[in-house]
Amino acid sequence: MKPKIRKDGTVAVEKTGDLPDMPVSMGSMKSNKTASWRSIRPVIIEERCKRCMICWKVCPEPAIRPGDPPVVDLDYCKGCGICIAECPFDAIDSEKEGK
Amino acid sequence: MKKVLTGNFAAAYAAVAARVQVISAYPITPQTTIVEILSELVARGELAADFIKVESEHSALAACIGAQAAGARTFTATSAQGLALMHELIHWTGRARLPIVLANVNRAMAPGWSIWADATDAISERDTGWMQIYCEDNQEVFDSILMAYRIGERAEILLPTLVNLDAFFLSHTSQVVDLYDAERIDAFLPPYRPAVKLDVADPRSFGALTSPDYYYEFSYKIQKAHEAARQVIAETGKEFGSVFGRSYGLTEAYRCEDAEYVLVTYGTIAGTAKVAADRLREKGFRAGVLKIRYFRPFPAEDVVRILGRAAAAGVVDRAISYGQAGPFYTETRSVLPGAGPALTGFIAGLGGRDVSVADLESMFLQLRDGKHSPIVWIGVKP
Amino acid sequence: MNAAELQKKTPFRLTLPEEEILSPGHLACQGCGAAMAMRYALKALGRNTILSIPACCWAVIDGPFPYSAAGVPVFHCAFETAASTAAGITHALSRLGLDEITTVAWAGDGGTFDIGLQALSGAAERNDNMIYVVYDNEAYMNTGIQRSSATPHGAWTTTTPTLQFKKGPKKNIMEIMVAHSIPYAATANIAYPEDLVKKLQKARSLRGMRFLHVYAPCPTGWKHAPGVTVKIARMATECNVFPIYEVEEGVYSINRRNPNPKPVAEYLKMQGRFHHLREEDVQFIQSRVDRDWQRLIKLEQAFGKAAGT
Repeated sequence: MKPKIRKDGTVAVEKTGDLPDMPVSMGSMKSNKTASWRSIRPVIIEERCKRCMICWKVCPEPAIRPGDPPVVDLDYCKGCGICIAECPFDAIDSEKEGK
Repeated sequence: MKKVLTGNFAAAYAAVAARVQVISAYPITPQTTIVEILSELVARGELAADFIKVESEHSALAACIGAQAAGARTFTATSAQGLALMHELIHWTGRARLPIVLANVNRAMAPGWSIWADATDAISERDTGWMQIYCEDNQEVFDSILMAYRIGERAEILLPTLVNLDAFFLSHTSQVVDLYDAERIDAFLPPYRPAVKLDVADPRSFGALTSPDYYYEFSYKIQKAHEAARQVIAETGKEFGSVFGRSYGLTEAYRCEDAEYVLVTYGTIAGTAKVAADRLREKGFRAGVLKIRYFRPFPAEDVVRILGRAAAAGVVDRAISYGQAGPFYTETRSVLPGAGPALTGFIAGLGGRDVSVADLESMFLQLRDGKHSPIVWIGVKP
Repeated sequence: MNAAELQKKTPFRLTLPEEEILSPGHLACQGCGAAMAMRYALKALGRNTILSIPACCWAVIDGPFPYSAAGVPVFHCAFETAASTAAGITHALSRLGLDEITTVAWAGDGGTFDIGLQALSGAAERNDNMIYVVYDNEAYMNTGIQRSSATPHGAWTTTTPTLQFKKGPKKNIMEIMVAHSIPYAATANIAYPEDLVKKLQKARSLRGMRFLHVYAPCPTGWKHAPGVTVKIARMATECNVFPIYEVEEGVYSINRRNPNPKPVAEYLKMQGRFHHLREEDVQFIQSRVDRDWQRLIKLEQAFGKAAGT
């Protein structure tokens, strides 16, 4: 099985012959950017962040990379707000999207 | 090596000969001796397989599906209620394109409780993507299971097969069965090596949510695989003959070359019909029998070619699709051209009622008498 | 202060394996506990893992054909077959000499407590070599919040409307599994990922049927803001609604104790699904939580590590 993968990671299925015999995955959901789901955006305030990585730990996507400070991947963050709620240092602000 | 075996033992020995790696099955009369002998053979080490002794037929087929998807050759067996309980997973197997082989002992559906022969159980699985074979004798059971793996596992086929044998008439009746020798069987049926399987080195999901954009094509591919299977079945049946001395096709035409009257039938009734045809031929009545081995894929070409030469034909069904007619009758009717022979549908032997040589002779004679009807009940109480 | 200086002053330490096997872009709702559970589970188990996933939220979360988010092989199986499909997979792997691969059945509460219970019981009785994880969001969430036998007393669902809310206790799946005398059964909670990971790593080191009951809130079905998923999950354990314990070869250990458990009312008021409850309903729920907790303590006293000494 040699799927045709486009640059953006999506799978090109143009012909019946491009399909396997049964629905077997050929690409990663990573090609599905979920940024548009978001109505709020977490903003990490570097000065308050103590690098505890709890935000990384609790992210369901995962859309936070551990680091100094941790980085929110806004391509995937759905804006659930768990990182904001769980940050023990109030170091993540909630910003409305589309402002 | 030849042995005197019941149909159930022939099925079990075929699984052994096919070197199945995982078995999962649940006991049900009259299939039970298949799981018993396989348990014994696995325990004795005569078959290097895991036998998963599940709590239901539903789990039996689910376990086979998981095992086959992980790359093992699997086998299961059931009957009637058990097959019906598997129904959801019968569909699952077909659409997952897993070449599992299931020996189904055709038994009537309850209520009332019946353990006797009736093909309605298997017919109810018609639209699931499985290939279906109906066997006339125990040798055919053994041979069909071996061929079912070989055919089903072909890369361009990838379809499961239901191998049907009539309750008691085969399952519990002993006949001489040639088990051949392991070397020739191994050469005929190499180990199962699927191109795509559950593989941590190549992680993929199998059977995810499939939108209308794709589902349609997956259905199309199953139909195409069935269409391709007709030729593969014919070729494999011939090759089997050259290796083991017994050839098979999608159908078997018995004395049909010059037959004026042909009975189309399947399973053990085919054997009885052959005797009836022989007897009638002694009286100058040109009778022939078209035995349908494969119900799916349906052998349309064979049926049209062979019945096209007959003056009239009948289809003997040990099954019924309520509200219409015998299922093999309607299938046969559907492939015959408008100008084809007059066709009669006979319903016989439901729930294990005996279908005698005399019954079949009378059916042949009815064809001659020219009263053609989609449903003629054989032996129903007045 | 620049980033380099910060790093010197505040070196960070990760309390979970760093590798992300689950890819982002999956289809879980915002704040989904089930997505968190899978992320942690894959961190614990690694890439040498095969999943069987029946009909449940995860059948959708993983993504539609031709995509997958899991990062390990997934067999999407019929609703009631997570355990039986996994049984087939694990026996095949064993037969093919691939014993080092961990087979995981991953199902929701409906597929475990209800429709899949028979297959699960069969696999447990046979002690088939798998880890069975139920992520419990206490209703049929994928079909749109219908009650299951994991729905707790008092909860609203679309089939237990507030005028006739769910009556009767949640089925005690742990006790059912323990009654099968399996090698390992444990509860875990997405609010305590280190404990969840540790338990799955322990489970992986054992053989036979290993069962993990994971508490996984569902913002959509429980009617709470997605941001408080972890707070609610934590509260469930802090008020003894969802105790964290394990049973290894029949030996009970409570892994997390609350010297001063919070009132259940605190937990209930965080979720819209309980907003219709009257004071007496809340008191009744509290009495049942207290009773169940006392029962668990007695089990630990009778069958804990200290019991034999």
